[in-house]
Parts: sequence; structure tokens; C-alpha cells
Amino acid sequence: MPTIVVEVMPKAELLDPAGKAVAGALHRLGHDRIGDVRIGKRFELHVDGEVDAELLAAVEKVAGEMLANTVIEDVVTVEVQGASVPGETH
Amino acid sequence: MRIGVITFPGSLDDRDAMRAIRLAGAEPVALWHGTHDLQGVDAIVLPGGFSYGDYLRCGAIAARSPIMAEVIDAANGGMPVLGICNGFQILVETHLLPGGLIRNDHGDFIRRDQRLRVESTDSAWTSGFFVGQEITIPLKNGEGGYIADESTLDRLEGEGLVAFRYLDVNPNGSLRDIAGLRNERGNVVGLMPHPEHAVEPGFGPDTRDAMRSGVDGLTFFTSVLTATLASA
Repeated sequence: MPTIVVEVMPKAELLDPAGKAVAGALHRLGHDRIGDVRIGKRFELHVDGEVDAELLAAVEKVAGEMLANTVIEDVVTVEVQGASVPGETH
Repeated sequence: MRIGVITFPGSLDDRDAMRAIRLAGAEPVALWHGTHDLQGVDAIVLPGGFSYGDYLRCGAIAARSPIMAEVIDAANGGMPVLGICNGFQILVETHLLPGGLIRNDHGDFIRRDQRLRVESTDSAWTSGFFVGQEITIPLKNGEGGYIADESTLDRLEGEGLVAFRYLDVNPNGSLRDIAGLRNERGNVVGLMPHPEHAVEPGFGPDTRDAMRSGVDGLTFFTSVLTATLASA
């Protein structure tokens, strides 16, 4: 079953308090070579049947309209995994 | 006057909002997220809470629930809509108000009686205040940090669309101390603090006069009475 993977990250210029908290914990554990941490989201959309251009376009649209709020986040990846079609886009 | 309060899965303060409406002298009407029926109300409150468990983003899924199509149409037609806390988050997710709300910069949930300065009275929900008035109403949120890009912030300031600003402390890292906004037309207002929790003596924030006597939130709901009567 092909899967469309959508990855969303908080915009680079915005504060990511959750990432900052994780970075603080890592530093307390001695991981002092790690600097900033940013936390994003990964969506795995399981598709019944083949992924075609029409579906991929629809997912790219909904990624920017719902899966991400583009006021505060960026869609960084929309790609197909486990499919017989190569259809990988960005 | 009938004011609808929409209950979403995970709404918490819908009944408090209905109580505030009743205390202001209007008739509260319970509305349900899963319908397309506004039941002919004259104004709408999107209450606080944690709709859909804050999954995806706060307010994101509620913003796409069936009744919101009618709310967006009504708001674009001029109907007064007030979004409180999670309701404010829903309003930014529908793009009825600009910007976004993210996790508090200090990472903690905060609950405090918050002083605010009224910045705009040109709205259905703030017309009973005066510009510069300082009010105290409860604030309680984990994701109340208001953000928008610089050009949006400058436009909001330039057009007088900042309705409320935090006083004394900025409790969540909101840019330019923004606690609440109105839209250009003035019918849509959203804010993180909870006016519905400061409407009845004995149950509000402390004041200099007496404990729990603060009722500054009531003016939101009496304002909309005047606004809709004036436009009727």
C-alpha cells in the first residue's frame, strides 16, 4: 500500500518552545554538541490503490490548507513511499 | 436577542459563556458543531476549551467542522462573532482573523487574573469600553502566544485592529503584547483571556473593592446587545 508522507516544520524564524525545551533537556544530559532543536510533524497518508498525479496534487493542496497552517508552519516534504510509481515531488 | 454558543468535542467553557450571555440580558442558544444550523441566532460565541484535544493544531479541526461553514458565511455577512481562547484559535484557523497562536514561550500552561488595556472600541464586542480602559479578566492557556509576520503586525497596528493588549506582564510571549484582535468590519473579535469568567460578583477576579468581585468581562456581552440593537 503506497504511503504519501507529508512533513511540516514550524517556520524557521519563529520561536519553537517545544524544541527549545527538548534542547534544554539534551544539554542537561551532556549532549553539548547539539545546538538548537526544532520539532515538526510527519503525516503518513495511506492510499488505497495507486498514487496518481491528481491525488498527489490534492494532497499537496490540503497539506498547505489543513495539515499545516502556513502562517506559522512550512510544508517541507510531500512524497510517495512504497509505491510502484516514482511520483516524488516537493 | 439570541446569542448562539457552539459546543465542539472538547469545549469547556460553553456553559460559562451561556451564563454570561444570560447575565447580560440576552438569550443563550446552544449550537452543535456537527450541524449546519445556526438556529437563527443574532450573534455567535466560539467558547474556550480544547476542541479535538488540540490535535493537529489548537482549533484546526474545529475550524473545519460542519457548522463553521455557516459561521464563516455569517461572519462575512456582518454577524457578531466572539472567539474566546480556543475560540480565538479557531478564528485564526479559519482566517477570519490573521496570524497564529503557538505554545507559550515559557512552555508552561498559565492561569492568572490578567490586566488588559482596551485598544479598540470599534467592534460589536468592545463598544461598551473606552479606549485605554484597563480591565482584569482571567487568562488560562498553554498555547496563547500570538504571532504574525512583521507586515501583518504593522497593518494590525496601523488599522487599529489590536483590540486588547496585555498589561504588567506578557504572559505567553505574544508579539507586541497582543491579547486580542478585531476584524476590519468590527463584527469579529478574538482574544485569549476569558471574559465569561468575569461577569458575576463573587465569581470573578479579585478587585481593590472585594475578593472575586471583578465583572469587567460582562461589557463584552452587553456591548453586542447594543451593537445588534443599533443595526436592527
